[in-house]
Amino acid sequence: MTFDTNLTRRRLITASAALGAGAAATPLLLGAGQAQAADALTLLNVSYDPTRELYKAINSAFASWWKGRTNQTITINQSHGGSGKQARSVIDGLQADVVTLALAADIDEIAARAKLLPANWQSRLPNNSTPYTSTIIFLVRKGNPWKIRDWGDLVKPGVGVITPNPKTSGGARWAYLAGWAYGSRVGGAAGAKEYVTKLYKNVPVLDTGARGATTSFAQRGLGDVLLSWENEAQLVIDEFGPKFDIVYPSSSILAEPPVALVDKNVDRHKTRTLAEGYLNFLYSPLAQEIIAKNHFRPRNPDIAAKYASQFKQIPLVTIDQAFGGWKKAQVTHFADGGVFDQIYKPG
Amino acid sequence: MIDQAIFRPVVPAAAKRPRLWHWREPSILPGFPLGLGITLLYLSLIVVIPLAALAIRPWELGLSGFWRVLTDERVLRAFRLSFGLSILAALLNAPLGLLIAWSLTRYQFPGRRILDALVDLPFALPTAVAGIALTTIYAPNGPIGALAAKFGIKTAYSPLGIFIALVFIGLPFVVRAIQPVLQEVDREVEEAAQTLGASSFQKAFLVILPAIAPALLSGVSLAFARAVGEYGSVVFIAGNMPFKTEIAPLLIVIKLEQYDYAGAAAVGVGMLLISFAALIVFNAAQILLARKGRA
Repeated sequence: MTFDTNLTRRRLITASAALGAGAAATPLLLGAGQAQAADALTLLNVSYDPTRELYKAINSAFASWWKGRTNQTITINQSHGGSGKQARSVIDGLQADVVTLALAADIDEIAARAKLLPANWQSRLPNNSTPYTSTIIFLVRKGNPWKIRDWGDLVKPGVGVITPNPKTSGGARWAYLAGWAYGSRVGGAAGAKEYVTKLYKNVPVLDTGARGATTSFAQRGLGDVLLSWENEAQLVIDEFGPKFDIVYPSSSILAEPPVALVDKNVDRHKTRTLAEGYLNFLYSPLAQEIIAKNHFRPRNPDIAAKYASQFKQIPLVTIDQAFGGWKKAQVTHFADGGVFDQIYKPG
Repeated sequence: MIDQAIFRPVVPAAAKRPRLWHWREPSILPGFPLGLGITLLYLSLIVVIPLAALAIRPWELGLSGFWRVLTDERVLRAFRLSFGLSILAALLNAPLGLLIAWSLTRYQFPGRRILDALVDLPFALPTAVAGIALTTIYAPNGPIGALAAKFGIKTAYSPLGIFIALVFIGLPFVVRAIQPVLQEVDREVEEAAQTLGASSFQKAFLVILPAIAPALLSGVSLAFARAVGEYGSVVFIAGNMPFKTEIAPLLIVIKLEQYDYAGAAAVGVGMLLISFAALIVFNAAQILLARKGRA
């Protein structure tokens, strides 16, 4: 009897020891990712998809500039992906020191949901915290067989328009709004809705991101025109050369991809000075030049003048003037049951 | 009275049944507490806790909100597409996977090992790579896609494209489930059947098939379960048009992009419930088949 209970107890102890050891190890495993050494001076820049090449160039320039000024050796890590997905990772705990995303709404979400930075983050840096801008233009097949010159040509029957799903892609949201702006210029609010409805009827495939759409258009041969980031279109021309032409429509939208410091994270990592230096560096002539070379539109007027031939000047509406800011645009157009959802009906 | 008692048939199963309920069958093997402890810990960490977190989330919407998400026309269409095509793909993989497993275990031929290794490829490939590769082939300007287009069949960017991707990723599950069992089927039983005058057809369908049926079913259910959740390879080939080629996992991603965590979790829980029900049916069928096979 005694023997028996002893045995049982011993067995129970072994079992709970196994449980306990595992449970004790769990926080170690989970904590390992977060225990980023602050003294190694690393910075994590969480960005969106088409800035991969841009930030690679900027980071190495900044590292040597910072070394010359402070004699500190720094490492800047980049993370790229769809803008919304990246914002969600930061909300869920990705330790970003700075975020450089495709649209202000995504950084607003980080401020609102995770309270990692103040709600007025966008007023902390010059130009609405956007050191560079871009716009949405058309990429057509060589010789422009469908004679696509402007937004109006996109809704002609038979034209295949390639653009990603605005629900999953930041660039696609800018493209949708640029189309809306054209529609309301020609036909008012009702005309705008009719225009985007017709436009998306001509979209045969909704990719989830800008790169996917570019692949569908350039490599799968789908569609006749790609609604593309200006810098992405330039990249396609660089990559595939003579097979495509860039078409500038009569108007488009001023896409402002903002940058911000993530206060709670830099305070935790003690990297505030470095992160501030990094974001301010983006406005320096040196960085602005790199920005222009990577086909983003620089803010600095001198650099902009120098590269003026690269960026055709067309009338660009802004999100604030034409749509009353991102918060409003998001709710009206892209939320569940919003205007974009109304385009698609079961059938 | 006494006579009846004597003639009451003795049920051997009842005699074997242990009189008292034990919380585990006695075993002479040591290490049970440690084994069970680690099993419980591991399963909780890897399976139960994440699933519990998922199941808690949709209740932010309330029961009516949860129901509204799941009965939305677009969600229903996506469910129908995901589950329907997954079943079809698993069903196509059943006979073809069986045939492949049969060829690989029963015949010796040059290149058999290479073919055997090829079967694992859909396992090993990152799903995005599989999706891009399949799309390249089945897109309207790809070799097979162009051929199909001549006959007016749209492969990529249609439900057929999704089906192709699901067949691709499901195949190894079926083959690998059947193969070891097929190898173990007693040759002597087959030979006995043959000496008793069974035809090849009878041998295949009355001797071998019942023996491997549980494994086949298990392979099919694994392939089905995998296909339902497949995202990476399908989004490239699907075209992702709402109401037409939008799969349920994509809807989850779309909801997450809108920071609608609760809505996304609701769709996830919906998928989980349907999958769970399907797996129960599969498992029940498997148990029935196994019993029949043993009898």
